[in-house]
Amino acid sequence: MTHDSRLTTYSPPRDGFITHIGRRSLETFRAVADVPTWSPLLVGQMRRLGVDSVPIALFIAVFTGIVLSLLSSYIFTGAVPLYFVGALVGKTVMMELGPVLTGMALAGRVGASIAAELGTMKVTEQVDALETLAYDRNAYLVVPRVLAATLMFPVVTAFAMAVGVTSGWITAVNLLDLSTPEFFKGLRMFYQFKDIWFGLVKSASFGAAVALMGCLQGLDSKSGAQGVGQSTTRAVVLGCEAILVLDAFWALVLL
Amino acid sequence: MIQLDGLTKSFGAQRVLDGLSLDVPDGRNTVVIGYSGSGKSVTLKCIVGLIEPDGGRVLVDGGVVGEMSREELAELRGRIGYVFQFAALFDSMTVAENIALGLARRGHDRSTIARRIEESLAVVELPGTEGRYPAELSGGMRKRVGIARAIALKPRYILYDEPTSGLDPVTSAVMDQLMVRTRDLGVTGLVVTHDMRSAFRVGDRIAMLHEGRIRQVGTRAEIQASDDPVVRQFIEGRPGQMAAAAPRRAPG
Repeated sequence: MTHDSRLTTYSPPRDGFITHIGRRSLETFRAVADVPTWSPLLVGQMRRLGVDSVPIALFIAVFTGIVLSLLSSYIFTGAVPLYFVGALVGKTVMMELGPVLTGMALAGRVGASIAAELGTMKVTEQVDALETLAYDRNAYLVVPRVLAATLMFPVVTAFAMAVGVTSGWITAVNLLDLSTPEFFKGLRMFYQFKDIWFGLVKSASFGAAVALMGCLQGLDSKSGAQGVGQSTTRAVVLGCEAILVLDAFWALVLL
Repeated sequence: MIQLDGLTKSFGAQRVLDGLSLDVPDGRNTVVIGYSGSGKSVTLKCIVGLIEPDGGRVLVDGGVVGEMSREELAELRGRIGYVFQFAALFDSMTVAENIALGLARRGHDRSTIARRIEESLAVVELPGTEGRYPAELSGGMRKRVGIARAIALKPRYILYDEPTSGLDPVTSAVMDQLMVRTRDLGVTGLVVTHDMRSAFRVGDRIAMLHEGRIRQVGTRAEIQASDDPVVRQFIEGRPGQMAAAAPRRAPG
């Protein structure tokens, strides 16, 4: 019987990258069954990874809405009725920029935070200590973070969508020659309920990917501050890459 | 009883353990001495299954660690306390929470956990520190909390990884007293250290780990009277001929 799941203390990943990620993801999935270990930690992680990320997500959403509104006006002028600004802002914020930009921002905030925390725990032997106390590292450290991010990324993204559309509307009314009824006429014209759930499903998968990358990179940290720094950087880069890959995947599958 | 039988372990091209065999008898403190980086910590981690040896076997109470299921390994870890070199306390938790974590895992109720925390902190002479965070403690206090976390579980064995490293002589002596006191409570101790003063104070049996295997094992008196040049050089702390005695550096 192999001990691979718990033998990462001094053993660097021996598999290829994809195999390694796959194997660790499988271990995480298996650890979901250890409900008594991760369930008391879930709410705290949801607050930390989700609620605390709302300000940065809203900050990005405000400016995304403003730019989209101005940009669409610039593109449409003289060619397309201006009320299409509402359609473009709504569709783009809900289906693409809301989830992706929020995901990217949270890949930086959440992915880096998780990788740095778990990396520090790894190099200071706190992860080993956890295992000597008979805890499964995946159940205690990985599962609550991945579940929390999967649940909370859509919530944060939903707020970002609402704020992005609102800021686009306020911009259109105040800076463009567009009234509120015209903006909402455009917004409603091409709206489908799928626009919202498409964005939210995507953002849930982004949350899972970002948190998983953060956890795996953190737990694979090498000794020292430099090792933790490298893991943190890798977690953010891989999280962003995973978001782009998943974005294309969902576009292929759901559109 | 813990038995190490022909353990081998390499990290890349470095062969750290090279056929290490050692019996750790019950009810006594066995001290493993050796150069820094000679694989002492790796040996301890092999015992609790944190590191898988390349060859050989670790037996604890007759069970082979490498053949245990997850559940059996968790049960084994319930019998073994581990005191880490730098204590490895969870820095986001208070002292009480650190000690409670392992107890909660074993399903103890709140009153039992509270009692065990109080008892274990009394043993390490740190009453009243329950609400403090590791960052608020000195290095010696952290190590004592590490011992408290281990003994609170009432383990059959405690593994001590360099328990006196980085401590002043008085605090080292306190740590040594704790290890002796813990043994007197019936707990089998396996201590790895390169602090010879501590080794002679704590060890009922002392084994020298050199070039990946046990060079000599014996009672305190036998080691003190050893005529093995490598053992003599180490226990006397004499420089010279380090090339011949050079350790194979292990991670950590």
